[in-house]
Amino acid sequence: MPPQIPTDFEQQLVEQRSYLMRFARLQLRNDAWAEDAVSETILAALARPQAFEARSQLKTWLVGILKHKIIDSMRQRQREVTLDSGSDDDSADPLEHMAFKADGHFAEKPADWGNPEQDLKSRQFMAIMDACTQKLPAVQGRLFLMREWLEMSSEEICKELGLTATNLYVQLHRARLRLRECLELNWFAAR
Amino acid sequence: LPLMRTCKEVTALVIAREDRELPLTEQLALHMHMAICKACPTFERQVMTMRNAMKQWRNYGADD
Repeated sequence: MPPQIPTDFEQQLVEQRSYLMRFARLQLRNDAWAEDAVSETILAALARPQAFEARSQLKTWLVGILKHKIIDSMRQRQREVTLDSGSDDDSADPLEHMAFKADGHFAEKPADWGNPEQDLKSRQFMAIMDACTQKLPAVQGRLFLMREWLEMSSEEICKELGLTATNLYVQLHRARLRLRECLELNWFAAR
Repeated sequence: LPLMRTCKEVTALVIAREDRELPLTEQLALHMHMAICKACPTFERQVMTMRNAMKQWRNYGADD
């Protein structure tokens, strides 16, 4: 039996636009590029509605397409992505912001975040996650999202952007520590 | 002694483990440190919470 295509398929696609834009903007850090990626995603969906299997979520299917469009966009603009936006990343290691004694041991125990299972599912927490991710320096943010949202392996990212593994790990290390610091300040300490 | 690490070194290893497999000696050093340190296991739990948060965040909106 052929898959069921909803009768209001086009309308449903248009309704997903703002959701898709949110992620495309986060990843590409450029409104025009994000618009392009989302438009291409919707066009691809319109061109092959039969590829959508109604048993999966429409959003999930669209995000799958969008991820490919974002990677294509990065490929096309590889030079701009890897070089031109590198200047805004400071070289400070966020580990230096943490409270260590001169001998390298913790001056005070890190805060206990408890077991925030419910927190992680709340809309407010997601808004903080969005804000903290957007606050990351451009290169760190992009690499972090390639790793965590596009779910690319470190090897794939290095190959895609022509980075050395060492360079990638340094940037991801900084991004993760910054995100931790931001979540602690804006969520866990503020509860 | 060569396996002894400071908290600062261990926090870096805990973060690094999210993106790459640690060499066996580093894995062992990390376990040894965690067994005797009162602060680093808390940091490790924070990183695990972040990992869960990323998972939720990835799916956020895909399921209303």
